[in-house]
Amino acid sequence: MATAVLEIPGTLAPVWGDRRSAVIDYAAGSSVATFLDVAGADHPRFGRRIRDETGAVRRYVNVFVDGENIRTMAGLDTVVPDGGRVIVIQSVAGG
Amino acid sequence: MTTVIAIGTKKGLWLATSQDRRTYTLSEPHFLNLEVPSVAIDTRGPTPRILAGVNDWHWGPTVVYSDDLGATWSEPEHGAIKFPEDTGAALGRVWHLHPDTADRPGVVWAGCEPISIWKSTDSGENFELNRGLWDHPHRPEWGAGFGGAAAHTILPNPLDDQTVHVAMSTGGVYRTRDGGTTWEAKNRGIAAGFLPGEEPEFGQCVHRITADAANPERMYAQNHGGVYRSDDGGDRWVDIGSGLPADFGFTFLAHPRTADTAWTLPLRADSERIPPDGRLSLYRTTDAGATWSEQHTGLPENEFNVVLRDAADIDLPDPDGIAGLYFGTRGGEVYASNDEGTTFLQVADRLPDVLSVRAASVG
Repeated sequence: MATAVLEIPGTLAPVWGDRRSAVIDYAAGSSVATFLDVAGADHPRFGRRIRDETGAVRRYVNVFVDGENIRTMAGLDTVVPDGGRVIVIQSVAGG
Repeated sequence: MTTVIAIGTKKGLWLATSQDRRTYTLSEPHFLNLEVPSVAIDTRGPTPRILAGVNDWHWGPTVVYSDDLGATWSEPEHGAIKFPEDTGAALGRVWHLHPDTADRPGVVWAGCEPISIWKSTDSGENFELNRGLWDHPHRPEWGAGFGGAAAHTILPNPLDDQTVHVAMSTGGVYRTRDGGTTWEAKNRGIAAGFLPGEEPEFGQCVHRITADAANPERMYAQNHGGVYRSDDGGDRWVDIGSGLPADFGFTFLAHPRTADTAWTLPLRADSERIPPDGRLSLYRTTDAGATWSEQHTGLPENEFNVVLRDAADIDLPDPDGIAGLYFGTRGGEVYASNDEGTTFLQVADRLPDVLSVRAASVG
């Protein structure tokens, strides 16, 4: 098993019991997709805020792994390193 | 009796309440900064349920409901509307929420983007995709109106639970006679001025349809250019726009009890898309579209904002009573009439763009 920290944006804290971070246990070598599956298993509303029904990360949501946007890496196939930090942040949008 | 007006806007939902249908109290905003393109008030159960399609530009669309007039809201953990995996689609926006008739308790319909209709049998907590329409062979040719590609109007027939009409932009009117298994395009007579040649079988941009109180096979349509009536459930549509100052618009309201009586809200199109000459008025027919009369008392002299398709409603406080009319503009003004449009009063102003309005008498 591996462990990484998930940082939760303030606007989604209410769907995670008002927490801003959580320690997630997952299978070593897992992708971001699998990591988010694990994280969302007990918090389905959090999961579907991040990704739509097709599994894609929503357009105005960014996911960073150790400071790098997964869109500039391997997307949802990016591997989450043991001891890493996964940050979910809403992007610039709206008016 | 309390009248509740649910006002969905581009940046939140407001509830206006009144004991006398003359003086309204406006709530604090719910879902501030979130778009609310659809709302419904379901009065069929022991307590009224307000349903709202809420769209968060970051975190996606969802359906929420309140059984205590907005004091608290609930959202199904796994989402009320989810496209099945095999469709490869994702919900874009909930455009329309429509509780069915009183003798079909728990049934609520939703029209969504991408073009799809959904049926709930548990008062809106879980919806099932209608596969007949989703798998329709016309689907690849349906298009998107300016606001997106959506099924935005669902009319279940109150006398026949196997008949449902749907309107979509763009695609036009479709009808099922077998409970949603198969659907036929029903656009004969409806123009498509944005397409070359003769009117097509489908592809029209019908903005709203509604059904007559006395006969659900008598229907009215506000098209993207053209106002129509059908007397045969959509098999054939005839132009009833003569007498209106413009034939564009988004909404259409039929009286809940009185035959042949309906309202439309004309807009000048295509070059202006405002109320004609900036004069916002409803037009009422009491003879199924043969003639129209303007209703303007209480409405502003200069109004350059449009009224969108879901941003108008009509309610009947009691079966023998006088209907109320309600609508909101993209300028954030909301108006109500307690005398079937003879006079209007302002319920709210300077709200964000009004996208959806529903009214009901509760308690």
